[in-house]
Amino acid sequence: MSRRNLIELAVLAALALFPLLAGTFYLQLVAKIMIMAIFAMSLDLLVGYAGLVSFGHAAFFGIGAYALMVLSPQYGAANLWLSLPIAMIAAGLAALAIGLLVLRCSGVYFIMVTLAFAQMFFYYATGSKFLGGSDGAYIYVKPSADLLGWTPFSLDGAVAFYALALAALAAAYILLRLVLRSLFGHALRGIKSNETRMRALGFSTFGIKLAAFGLAGALAGLAGYLDAAQFGTVNPELFSWQLSGIVLMMVILGGMGTLYGPVLGAFALVLLEDSLADATRHWLLPMGIFIMLAVLFLPQGIGGLLRRAAWMRARG
Amino acid sequence: MSDSVVFFLIQILNGIQYGLLLFLVASGLTLVFGIMGIINLAHGSFYMLGAYLAFALTQLTGNLFLAILLAAPLAIIFGLALEALLFRPLYARDHLYQVLLTYGLILALEEMRSLIFGDDVHGVAMPAFLDFSIHLSGPLSYPAYRLVMSGACLVIAGGLWLAIQKTRLGMAIRAGSTNREMVQSLGIDIAWVYRIVFAFGVLLAAFAGMIAAPVASVYPGMGNQILIVSFVVVVIGGIGSIKGAFLGSLLIGLADTFGQVLAPHWAGMTVYLLMAAVLLWRPAGLFGGSTIR
Repeated sequence: MSRRNLIELAVLAALALFPLLAGTFYLQLVAKIMIMAIFAMSLDLLVGYAGLVSFGHAAFFGIGAYALMVLSPQYGAANLWLSLPIAMIAAGLAALAIGLLVLRCSGVYFIMVTLAFAQMFFYYATGSKFLGGSDGAYIYVKPSADLLGWTPFSLDGAVAFYALALAALAAAYILLRLVLRSLFGHALRGIKSNETRMRALGFSTFGIKLAAFGLAGALAGLAGYLDAAQFGTVNPELFSWQLSGIVLMMVILGGMGTLYGPVLGAFALVLLEDSLADATRHWLLPMGIFIMLAVLFLPQGIGGLLRRAAWMRARG
Repeated sequence: MSDSVVFFLIQILNGIQYGLLLFLVASGLTLVFGIMGIINLAHGSFYMLGAYLAFALTQLTGNLFLAILLAAPLAIIFGLALEALLFRPLYARDHLYQVLLTYGLILALEEMRSLIFGDDVHGVAMPAFLDFSIHLSGPLSYPAYRLVMSGACLVIAGGLWLAIQKTRLGMAIRAGSTNREMVQSLGIDIAWVYRIVFAFGVLLAAFAGMIAAPVASVYPGMGNQILIVSFVVVVIGGIGSIKGAFLGSLLIGLADTFGQVLAPHWAGMTVYLLMAAVLLWRPAGLFGGSTIR
């Protein structure tokens, strides 16, 4: 077992044992962080591995969240085993459709166009009566885990929901690690460093990028679904460019091109946001300044800092 | 003329007016990108800055024109300071970092606005001698101020075209967007061109905010709304193309205005659908390319 596997297992164990120590408030906070970590990891697949800087990733987060709202009967519970895959498929399909358009662009065009498409969803949700308009809608009952009459667990308790979020995070992490170790994952990295060359080698780069975009969309949909389930509400802000920006910041702050980076970034940014918001109503000012300083002085993120520290120590 | 024809005409005037205003913001965005290679999300915040400067200075002086005269140099100074402090380290960095830094800048500027001016919507008084409407037919009339706004934007658009096509500075800008090193080796200080272009872009966006303030009033988040629409304009027109920005602005202005009238519920989406259609047809925009034209 490599050192990396050991660290991964230790983190997993720590997260799994956390409910023994923490009260409801911290369980909910860490569940929220883990959901954002899934979201950030899915974006890292695009930004860190494929070199596709999407500034509209919130679109798929929002679709996942709204899918749960649409699938929940009023005052009733949606079925977890049905609604979760449907939400992910819906977000994945939307990502494939949008990917067909946006992947025709590259560089700075790609940034602007992904932003614009997310904005389109934002306005659609704002204008649609069915989706609750600009106020959004409530999901009164958490999804039920009913399996043909047998209910293995209920999501109402904080611990159960925490466990679901942790399971989702672990599953997403393992899935992405497998994907990135496959030929597909290597082709994706190849596209980031030299797309022309990959094409000359006979890879269908458009198809590979599209598949990555779809997968990232589906995983963002998973995060959005969990977010809606946790807070019991959806609103157009879930599609907003602010959210797309925050999640991009998580990826960079943690260190892009690694899977643990986005998780680190999600922890750091959500905790920072929480403590700043506690301290002042105008928390966005220190947050904005923090982001600017981090970009100027910490381009490799926390992950890069840790790697450099480990390297320095190894060198003595 | 029947009322419905006049109504149609009014919508066209509104669409053109909105489009021309958009052009002031989008042209700065496209210039800054075309020559400096910087994608600036905070460009919309300059629009907001202009509007709030107009609001504060109109209250102080009681006159919008005086306020604009005072605010314009402030906007330029602000632009020069930002360029020196934040943007210069970004020239050599990846777009990703530019996006994030300017994202942080938006948050900070928006919150400073909240600290200084609060979160209320404020109106800005129109100059009294322009505060009348031109009667058209039946109950329909058109506000004179909006016509003046459109006129001012047109004058600026023309001036911009002349400056870029006919002056030495314009020549340096066009050349700089094609081959930076060559321009430098010909003895033109490219850093100086950058500074001017950036400060001028800030001034254009701020000016748009100033003249729009009496019609649109000033409110939180006003900069972000126009920023994203300006992105759409730039994408449709082709990045770096002033001509494209002009045409794109008018297209978007008209599409948005008619969207509001014909399908009010889905109005927010019209411009994005238009963008998707253009992208399908021409992925690099109508006048795509990476040089200033």
